[in-house]
Amino acid sequence: MMTKKQKKVLIRIIVSTVLLVGLEIVFRFVEVNPYIRLALYLIPYFVIGYDILKKAGKGILNRQVLDENFLMAVATIGAIALQEYREGVAVMLFYQIGEFFQSYAVGKSRRNISDLMDIRPDYANLEMDGEVTKVEPDEVAIGGVIHVYPGEKIPIDGIVTEGESTLHTAALTGESVPRRVIAGDEVISGCVNISGILKVRTTKEFGESTVSKILDLVENAGSKKSRSENFITKFAKYYTPAVCIGALILALIVPTILLLMKQEVSYGDWIYRGLTFLVISCPCALVISIPLTFFAGIGGASKAGVLIKGSNYLEALSKVRTVLFDKTGTVTQGVFEVVGIHHNEMENQKLLEYVALIEGRSTHPIAKSIVEAYGGSLDFDRVTDLKEISGQGVAALVDGTAVAAGNARLMDALGVPYISCHHPGTIVHVAIDNKYAGHILISDILKPTSKEAMRGLRAAGVRKLVMLTGDMETVAKAVCEELGADDFCSDLLPEGKVEKVEAYLHMQNKGETLAFVGDGINDAPVLTRADIGIAMGALGSDAAIEAADVVLMDDDMLKVVQAKKIAIKCMRIVYENIVFALAVKALCLLLGALGIANMWLAIFADVGVMVIAVLNAIRALRVAKV
Amino acid sequence: MKKTYKIEVDCANCANKMEEAAKKTDGVKDCSVNFMALKMNVEFEDGADEKEVMKAVVKNCKKVEDDCEVYL
Repeated sequence: MMTKKQKKVLIRIIVSTVLLVGLEIVFRFVEVNPYIRLALYLIPYFVIGYDILKKAGKGILNRQVLDENFLMAVATIGAIALQEYREGVAVMLFYQIGEFFQSYAVGKSRRNISDLMDIRPDYANLEMDGEVTKVEPDEVAIGGVIHVYPGEKIPIDGIVTEGESTLHTAALTGESVPRRVIAGDEVISGCVNISGILKVRTTKEFGESTVSKILDLVENAGSKKSRSENFITKFAKYYTPAVCIGALILALIVPTILLLMKQEVSYGDWIYRGLTFLVISCPCALVISIPLTFFAGIGGASKAGVLIKGSNYLEALSKVRTVLFDKTGTVTQGVFEVVGIHHNEMENQKLLEYVALIEGRSTHPIAKSIVEAYGGSLDFDRVTDLKEISGQGVAALVDGTAVAAGNARLMDALGVPYISCHHPGTIVHVAIDNKYAGHILISDILKPTSKEAMRGLRAAGVRKLVMLTGDMETVAKAVCEELGADDFCSDLLPEGKVEKVEAYLHMQNKGETLAFVGDGINDAPVLTRADIGIAMGALGSDAAIEAADVVLMDDDMLKVVQAKKIAIKCMRIVYENIVFALAVKALCLLLGALGIANMWLAIFADVGVMVIAVLNAIRALRVAKV
Repeated sequence: MKKTYKIEVDCANCANKMEEAAKKTDGVKDCSVNFMALKMNVEFEDGADEKEVMKAVVKNCKKVEDDCEVYL
């Protein structure tokens, strides 16, 4: 796919190449009058360079003499004036090939990225007075009912009111396992409906929906520029004038000095050297490859479900040495689970059944986890005389037997001796028939990938991993040890987290950065305070999307590792390109000044560097799986 | 006030030059041109007439890079 403009340039490149090669062959066999020779060479020259010459002319009128079109025009006209016709045409030709390649590569990566982010819905099927009509997504008001057919994208966030289906969330989260939804489930826009028809009552306007927020974020990433980009911009500003002054010195001043020193000089030779300088004066390779790398890196990351708000954050992310993270919901699942039943004589399942029966009607997360651990069906008719003892637990009769479940205080109140647990977590002591029947240990369990993520972060250069939590010390310590993190800070209030982040910010060395990872709930101040705030599972949490610098579309800690790896790779490419392009340019300038490099070498090196730098930059688009 | 405009420009260095030119325009507080996204973010001075300022921005951009477009 090429634009009209690109096609036209390509045709001109081919035509002038054929003409130039043809002329070379002809001149090898036929002796031609020098004027006719010049005239013949001018044909491919104008074919390939007329637009450059035109722009150069306009540049002069606008007093933009350091414009690259003007410099190319001077270099090639100069070469022709020195009767180096072939070089003059070739320099123009290669310059255009370089520009063509650059514009093609840039266009291609732009398209690549918009394809990656192909989540923009084109329409919504709105139900109105029993009829379904296709409308623009932004015409649907909150509370409107939309139909989503198989194969369609969900256009607006909402709640399923009817139907069931599976959703493909890959474009949003990078997660390839489809998600099952039924009536009552919340769905987010951008997911693709795979199997059934869904009726969705919208809960947001299109502009406030997940898909709009993500697109907005990705499209506006890059307006915050990284230090490397600013460096190159500044460099480009001084590089071109400096090389031009160098060219002038080489062409006029050096030979004049040599002449004054009564040495034999050929002005033509020195002017040629000066023109060689002008050929190398364009900073294009550098200037294009840096933003292209960041763009590709941010695009590739979006594809993997990691949204980075600007290239400055990508740069900072690569330097992260300290990672602070929240516990509940970040490294742990944030849901409670029965992890052990101790000191019981009764069978585990039997004990759970008793407790589930008396706790079963409560919505408390602890009660829920016990019912879930029991798993069987519960006949609440067996429960009589249910008493909730505030701050202690519950007591009731099950099939006429007294059952009590709760904390140590409840056991004290009942006068039942109990055994404390040395494991961290929430303990539910159980007394049956006023005798101690054991206790149930409930705790928040780690996400399956959290440990691996810690190892991954270390491998990616993170030196300090610290967990922040509002939980008590015993719980925090156990989680920290199981996780393999370096340290933890427990019993923290939200303000305490900010203080801890600040303390660690002070501790780090210059040039290093600190990242905070949280699930985005009540984290906004901490996310803002850290060098890089990473919000996970932030789909739907507007405050987190606002405050964070990096947004993970699901809540897998491994995504942080992936983000860090992408950042490192991106920055390596950026430095490779800067060093490589600068080294080649410097070498060419040196060889050109000494008269060793001719214009051919100069233009080859210049275009070659650009092609290599651009190809290298595009590598950033490919994101390795963690 | 901040506004984003779509632009059309062929080379990255030209985009930088446009940014520079826009920044120097009266009424523009700050400007950032994103070459890859082809977008120009302009922050206006308080009380500046956005339409008039953008006219001047386009004129200045055309001066440094004839072959550019700012979609107002």
